[in-house]
Amino acid sequence: MSRVPLRPLARILEARRKGENPDAIERENIRLRHEEMRDRARQRAEGRLLVMGIFFFCAFTVVGARMGLLAASVPEEPRTSGIGSDITAQRADIVDRNGKILATNLRTHSLYAQPPLMVDPKGAAAALAAIFPDLKEAELLPLFTGKRKFVWIKKVLSPEQQQMVHDIGEPGLLFGPREMRLYPNGALASHILGGYGFGREGVYAAEVIGTAGVEKAFDTFLRDPAENGRPLELSLDLTIQAAVEEILFGGMKIMNAKGAAAVMMDAYTGEIIAMASLPDFDPNDRPVPLTEGDQSDSPLFNRAVQGVYELGSTFKIFAAAQAMELGLVNANTMVDADAPMKWGKHSIKEFRNHNYGPYLSVTDVIVKSSNVGTAKMALQIGQKRQKEFLAALGFFEPTPVELFEAPYAKPLLPRHWSDIHTITASYGHGLSASPLHLAAAYATITNGGTKVAPTLLKREYRIPGARVVSRDVSAATRAMLRAVVTRGTASFGDVPGYAVAGKTGTADKPRPRGGYYDDKVIATFASVFPAHDPKYVLIVTLDEPVETSGTKPRRTAGWTAVPVAAEIVRRTAPLLGLRPEIEPGTERLVSTR
Amino acid sequence: MRSFGFVLSILAVMGLAFWAYSENYKTQKALKDLSKLQHEIAALRDARAVLRAEWAYLNRPDRLRDLIGLNWQSLELVPLTPQQFGRVEQIAYPKPTLVEPVDVVGLQPEELLP
Repeated sequence: MSRVPLRPLARILEARRKGENPDAIERENIRLRHEEMRDRARQRAEGRLLVMGIFFFCAFTVVGARMGLLAASVPEEPRTSGIGSDITAQRADIVDRNGKILATNLRTHSLYAQPPLMVDPKGAAAALAAIFPDLKEAELLPLFTGKRKFVWIKKVLSPEQQQMVHDIGEPGLLFGPREMRLYPNGALASHILGGYGFGREGVYAAEVIGTAGVEKAFDTFLRDPAENGRPLELSLDLTIQAAVEEILFGGMKIMNAKGAAAVMMDAYTGEIIAMASLPDFDPNDRPVPLTEGDQSDSPLFNRAVQGVYELGSTFKIFAAAQAMELGLVNANTMVDADAPMKWGKHSIKEFRNHNYGPYLSVTDVIVKSSNVGTAKMALQIGQKRQKEFLAALGFFEPTPVELFEAPYAKPLLPRHWSDIHTITASYGHGLSASPLHLAAAYATITNGGTKVAPTLLKREYRIPGARVVSRDVSAATRAMLRAVVTRGTASFGDVPGYAVAGKTGTADKPRPRGGYYDDKVIATFASVFPAHDPKYVLIVTLDEPVETSGTKPRRTAGWTAVPVAAEIVRRTAPLLGLRPEIEPGTERLVSTR
Repeated sequence: MRSFGFVLSILAVMGLAFWAYSENYKTQKALKDLSKLQHEIAALRDARAVLRAEWAYLNRPDRLRDLIGLNWQSLELVPLTPQQFGRVEQIAYPKPTLVEPVDVVGLQPEELLP
């Protein structure tokens, strides 16, 4: 590259000759040179900017094109990933604690009609009415011949029915795939499982949704694709549940009861091993709820959870346990039991106007089921502490069990808790709770004194709850309950080898318009076995039982609920793996402070 | 030399194209096989679900109870009772196996060895 000299000799000499300043020439040349350098630099910078611009343009074009491509392309499932989501079932199974199936899915078909495609609507209607007894030809025909383009006929079909419909050969009758819920054990544990229905329905698929029980309570879990079909494991034991339901049904028939409920619960973990309510229903064909009359007469009604009853003398043990816990009495303290007891305008009497007084030991108050003795203890405890204790046992709240219906079964409490309510609540009147409440409370006071929350889910380990009564009080309570069976009102409850301990309760049923029936009772037996090493709590409740083998009809729990409970223990204890044992001497269990 | 390089690179491009072509078809075949297998798995799972449901249905306690009643003559099954629990002490101790006695008097030590 040739450079222009800053001081070209020719021009300098000429300038000198003319008398001009030669430095001006040099400055002029320097300026020109700088201008040239500036132009070059600008050109280079412009070139670089252009390259950068092209680069950015290309990058954005690629991103834009990719976005457009993604937006325009047809979505496709990733075929190379391990297990496609279409393989897993739509709704997870429900199994018992040993993995036996309680609810599963079955792929079937639904039946619908497209009347415009029909060749012989009259013949099709007649043939369908012949296959399905619940369909009427007269009702189908107007649907097929009217203006409708689409008619649902059946939501689910069995394969045999599908074949028969197929054999009609009518092109207007079409099938859509359906997944249906199957409860293979029929009516077993029906109140716990609940039932299913269809949510949003299309021709090619329908949503299966739970309508009651655990199906509804765990609807989200059962339908969650992230769980990948993991079954819901309940705490129930199918074998025990079947045995309990069978015996309870027999007992209900023998005792002429209108309904019955039983709860068997693990005394430590609160797992419900079996829970039955009779009459029951088949969840495969769930009946419709009653539109009039008392809902508690419907087979859908779960007496063990939804039924809140005055549970009678079974509550007496709570007053005794609390009095012992507070140090007011011990198992051998004599308390005033002189009947009848006057309180304001009320008079507290014993069963059939007996008088067990003037004094009874606390153990005998429970054994003889003395209302007066219990009332005296309750007055010693006082209203505030009694309410706190019953609240700690869970009687003021719905049970936390995982059933859709449970939160709606609130215990009925007196509106203003006065001293007379303290007295009546101590022997289980004026306060209504469900058998499940009672089971949890009995488990709490007999298992060593820690709070138990009932659950329907299988627990791998035990989480001890808050302490409600001390270990000693719990042992004394068990000894008292055991005495009720060995020499008290529940003598039919003794099962050799299993040391059943429990308390009977017979409460008159309240009339809907106030007051009580004379000849309608709720008989309850709340028990725990074995007494020296409590494992299970069993509550049996019979609704309006009458035992008629004697000269007079007998309605007390000792004659009705207790034999049923004893039979349940006799049958289920071996199945639960409990070996019959000779119980240790009961004296050692009674603590004397 | 330069033309030799051209020929070589053209051959390489052709070879790579052929390889990519065959790989493409192999991938498509593998994907097709996979979806076929997955359909098969889905069908088998469906069948298994039906069989499990049927097994549970056939083993429902009601039915077993009825079958026990019907077959009472041959099976004589009764519900489990507390008396049926046994103890380990009730099981007879296995008898020791007796060996034929051998007369060893007067034998040399090497003759005693087997």
